[in-house]
Amino acid sequence: MALRKLALGMAAAMALSTVAVAQDSIYVPLLTYRTGAFAGSGVPIADGMHDYLRMLNERDGGIGGVRLAIEECETGYDTKKGVECYEAVKSKNPVVINPYSTGITLQLIPKAHVDKIPVLSMAYGLSASAVGDTFPWVFNPPVTYWDGASVFIKHVAEKEGGFDKLKGKKIGLLHLDAPYGKEPIPLLEAFAKEYGFELKLYPVAADKMQDQSSQWLAIRRDRTDWLYNQGWGTMNPTAVKEAVKNSFPVDKLVGVWWAGGDDDARGGEAGGKGYKSLNFHGVGADFPVIRDIQKHVVDKGLSKFPKDRIGENLYNRGVYNSMLVAEAIRTAQQLTGKKAVKGEDVRRGFESLNITEARLKEIGMAGFAAPVKVSCGDHNGHHNVYVAVWDGQKWTRGSDWTSPMSDKVRPLLEAAAKDFAEKNNWPKRSEACDKRS
Amino acid sequence: MLYSIFVDPFVQMVELPDLLVQVLWEGVVAGVLYALIALGFVLIFKASGVFNFAQGIMVVFAALSLVGLHENGVPAPLALVLTVAIMYALAWSIERIVLRPLVNQPDIILFMATFGISYLLIGLGEFIFGGQPKMMITDQLMLPRGAIDLQILGGRVTVQKLDIAAAVIAGMMVALLAVFFRSTRVGLALRAVADSHKAALSVGISLNHIWVVVWFTAGLVALVTGIMWGARSDVSFALQIIALKALPVLILGGFTSVPGAIVGGLIIGVGEKLGEFYWGPLVGGGIESWLAYLIALVFLLFRPQGLFGEKIIERI
Repeated sequence: MALRKLALGMAAAMALSTVAVAQDSIYVPLLTYRTGAFAGSGVPIADGMHDYLRMLNERDGGIGGVRLAIEECETGYDTKKGVECYEAVKSKNPVVINPYSTGITLQLIPKAHVDKIPVLSMAYGLSASAVGDTFPWVFNPPVTYWDGASVFIKHVAEKEGGFDKLKGKKIGLLHLDAPYGKEPIPLLEAFAKEYGFELKLYPVAADKMQDQSSQWLAIRRDRTDWLYNQGWGTMNPTAVKEAVKNSFPVDKLVGVWWAGGDDDARGGEAGGKGYKSLNFHGVGADFPVIRDIQKHVVDKGLSKFPKDRIGENLYNRGVYNSMLVAEAIRTAQQLTGKKAVKGEDVRRGFESLNITEARLKEIGMAGFAAPVKVSCGDHNGHHNVYVAVWDGQKWTRGSDWTSPMSDKVRPLLEAAAKDFAEKNNWPKRSEACDKRS
Repeated sequence: MLYSIFVDPFVQMVELPDLLVQVLWEGVVAGVLYALIALGFVLIFKASGVFNFAQGIMVVFAALSLVGLHENGVPAPLALVLTVAIMYALAWSIERIVLRPLVNQPDIILFMATFGISYLLIGLGEFIFGGQPKMMITDQLMLPRGAIDLQILGGRVTVQKLDIAAAVIAGMMVALLAVFFRSTRVGLALRAVADSHKAALSVGISLNHIWVVVWFTAGLVALVTGIMWGARSDVSFALQIIALKALPVLILGGFTSVPGAIVGGLIIGVGEKLGEFYWGPLVGGGIESWLAYLIALVFLLFRPQGLFGEKIIERI
């Protein structure tokens, strides 16, 4: 009898605690990967995302007085596990899903549309999901892979002396042979036609990430002039190492922002100096927001990340991601007047997101990030990025903020979104746009 | 199209012989490293008739232990000795906790048990060392660095000193293992156990002792493999994916042959590099991963037991 009472009591307590989560907090699940082949990239991002949200709880008591219920679900960067995570968390009323994998994002796009849960695929995922008229539940600010590839081409043109000098050049894409790695191919193919360069593709299978000798021999044979690296996990340090080994000029190897981890560049050791990567936020711990994280989270022993590595590039990437989440929640609270907002409210929050210089200063991110504006029709914003350069010890800023070639990218994105909608019998948008968006 | 498949690659080989030599060398190096992984599988298969699914994670675990100990202030030579001790403790634990209760059970049960060992080691490794990749302590282990540039055949062939070391170490390891299997009492006992657990027990061979020895030897092979692979890239859990590359090597070389692992590794290594480099561009590249299996399957059509495997005839 005592056992039965205990069991009943526990069941009641669990039920009550579930209600408490639903009513008194905002549930933010984080799909992360701290294990498996891609953990090297996944761990700093997971910690950055977690620590910023935790800092808001510790410092401000959450957002708008409502605490955030943060829960991680381990995906191992495996699409199947990611979908399982989504199914596991969706009944808990998440206000946003952070898939942290292009493969997982592609699977969740149709699901989120039905379940009315916004998906934030920050600077990853399906580039065409920037078209809000087609994808009202998916957001990918501040920049798409296609924008990134356009900045890379712009950078090459600048170094070569103009776009007309691209004609006859060989520009390669070294990429993970997965949806993420293949994402910029359509844009680069279109640019190859327009500017007359020859596009060379060097796919790297997941089981060859640490053995890229075939790809680098092909690069040597092709005499590739410039190389764009859309790699992930342990593929990146190996690529930098191989570039050094094969005497490929590392300053002509430019990684997408996901190929810009500190561990990625360290892979090249002394020879990795000069390796470049695109970026859209600051690196280092010398920002008020990072100092607040150190004070309220790290110093209290609430972070899993090594103290001496706080401020590394991918850690700050996670912080930036959570900042977008927090600002969307805050905007949703302003729009609806509710404190404990739901997923549908936060979708509206994302569509009205307008993070100005003044707002960045308020949240301790002046100089850390550029302003971000998302709208009902444009779920990305196509914001500026810069080229970061590895100085042998740390990432440094190697260029000014550079705008993507939006005039060329946007029509291609809209065509891709239209094509997606036609091929998938995609429903027309029924969600109204807010005045602010 | 036919020209691109049957003529152009060979024209390229003749026109750029330095690149052909470079591709062959890279294939040999990859093959040697595959062979090292395959060796670990062969050892355990010979002793127990079981495909050890945990061999890949044993490579990661051994390398992480070595680097992790050094990161915590243990000098490299002592870290190496301690890692060897860890691999012995692991072998002993596996025999005592997992294998001993499964004596005389069907092979599939033992195979499934290695799945369990694999997941346990993944969890244990991540719990102790975290998921972040680590740099191999190449200098501290006195492994050579740098490259030798050979100006030959009208071009340049670059040979990494580390790759030469890997080939030499793998060769020495094969020679030692061959002597161990053929000329020592333990080696002979090991082969007897491979034929039949019951028969081996009936002539007084201690199955428990043999299993500890063979898992420990596989652990040492895993450590060497982890050091060499780790020095080429880094030490991370991605290495366990590479370990699956041993499967086509084993299909080709035979599950029970040490020389087969080496020859199979070389054929797969050279075959996939040649295929990727000369024929890969025809289909957009990235064919290495499945080409290895294709090569193995073609061999399998003609020699189902592999190049060096034993032909087993069972009465029905």
